[in-house]
Amino acid sequence: MMEITEGSHAVAEAVRLSRPQVVSAYPITPQTHIVEALADFVANGTLDAEYLTVDSELSALSACVGASAAGSRTYSATTSQGLMLMAEVVFNAAGMRLPIVMSIANRALGAPLSIWNDMQDSIAMRDSGWLQFYAEDNQEATDLHFLAYKVAEDATIQLPAFVCFDGFILSHTYEPIDMLTQEQVDQYLPAYNPAEKLDAKDPMSFGMYATPDYYMEFRYEMDEAQKRAKDVIAKYGKEFGTLFGRDYSALVEGYQLADAETAIIAMGSICGTVKDAIDEMRAAGKKVGLLKIRVFRPFPYEEIKKALAHVQRIAVLDKNISLGAKGGATAIEVRDAMYGSTIPVKGYVLGLGGRDIRKKDIKEIVSLCENGAGDQFYGLRKELI
Amino acid sequence: MAVAVGCRARPGKSRDNKTGSWRVFKPVFDHEKCSKCGMCRTLCPEGCIHEDAGGFFDPDYSFCKGCGLCATECPKEAITMKLEEK
Repeated sequence: MMEITEGSHAVAEAVRLSRPQVVSAYPITPQTHIVEALADFVANGTLDAEYLTVDSELSALSACVGASAAGSRTYSATTSQGLMLMAEVVFNAAGMRLPIVMSIANRALGAPLSIWNDMQDSIAMRDSGWLQFYAEDNQEATDLHFLAYKVAEDATIQLPAFVCFDGFILSHTYEPIDMLTQEQVDQYLPAYNPAEKLDAKDPMSFGMYATPDYYMEFRYEMDEAQKRAKDVIAKYGKEFGTLFGRDYSALVEGYQLADAETAIIAMGSICGTVKDAIDEMRAAGKKVGLLKIRVFRPFPYEEIKKALAHVQRIAVLDKNISLGAKGGATAIEVRDAMYGSTIPVKGYVLGLGGRDIRKKDIKEIVSLCENGAGDQFYGLRKELI
Repeated sequence: MAVAVGCRARPGKSRDNKTGSWRVFKPVFDHEKCSKCGMCRTLCPEGCIHEDAGGFFDPDYSFCKGCGLCATECPKEAITMKLEEK
């Protein structure tokens, strides 16, 4: 059913429909509306879950780890500093192979303090073993939660998942959402029933210690599960499309790419701006296309290489910066994906700490890329440096 | 044997964890000097020193971490720590 809903409330409704048994979260801007709505659902009886009001993000995710290990479908949401406070548990949840789903309302990291949007928070956790989905709009942010649970809980994957959507830009924006019904979600997402769980009648330990003789093999198995997740996302993304008409089988999605000379690569809400800019550039005779990355972990190396084999140049937009490296995380990985090709890959770090990116900026970046200029911050205020 | 997903284990699995891999120096027991007092078995923090049929003591190298406590405390200096090549 179509409804006009705030992004955070659409995500909260998607979580409610996913029937989590334990919700544990600590409010933080701009994630707050999600967990407020979930607290209401539990209080008014429309969500039959244990809602834990914890003292911090560290406790929030720790409680999810315990609840997930005990066999519950669990949910949390956070952003920015909250995710950093969780960091230790983020890695442990993945290492214990617990399919927790957590929404990240992407926000910049301090210092300096910023409550505005970029993607530094979830990108900083890219080596933790969590699957990472990125939404372009609130419809996608909503749907990706169902897909995330389905993939994370698959017996061959057993990894937790971030569903990332841009703080404020999406979380606080009202958009029309085609919300699934409970019957539809139940049809797609069966109850979580893990083969192994914490049970006093059948004791078991999770995440034991491993000596140097064993540790590496655990990390290898996690990496293998990440790689397997590509096919599992394709399978369940396609199933979602068959059932509900929106196909999420592809880890990357092209827009006007078929005859593009310049390809832009981007993630999240900026893709909408890029598409509008492309429409205008196309009308002016410029062959520009977009490759949207929906899944950052596992990273779609082969998919990118295949989709962009025919273009003349690639401009990668990053709302994050790997300080001291060559630009943002996406550009670095795209360069690796394109290794061996002669197509130039130029990175642009932009929009950090909530700086607006408009259509004119996308057009300017395409011009820079055409002139071979890139691997730089875009939109710096020179007078401040 | 493949590792368990998520390093999960049922009770009693610590016996599978062969801590002998931690060892750098290996205690070597000289039965000629041994007076069978059993001090090494009493003090071994790993509990891996056992008495044999003849009343002598020997460590289980699968679990001995090579801490050297037995060698330091042996009243007969019957235990020497030797660098182990791996």
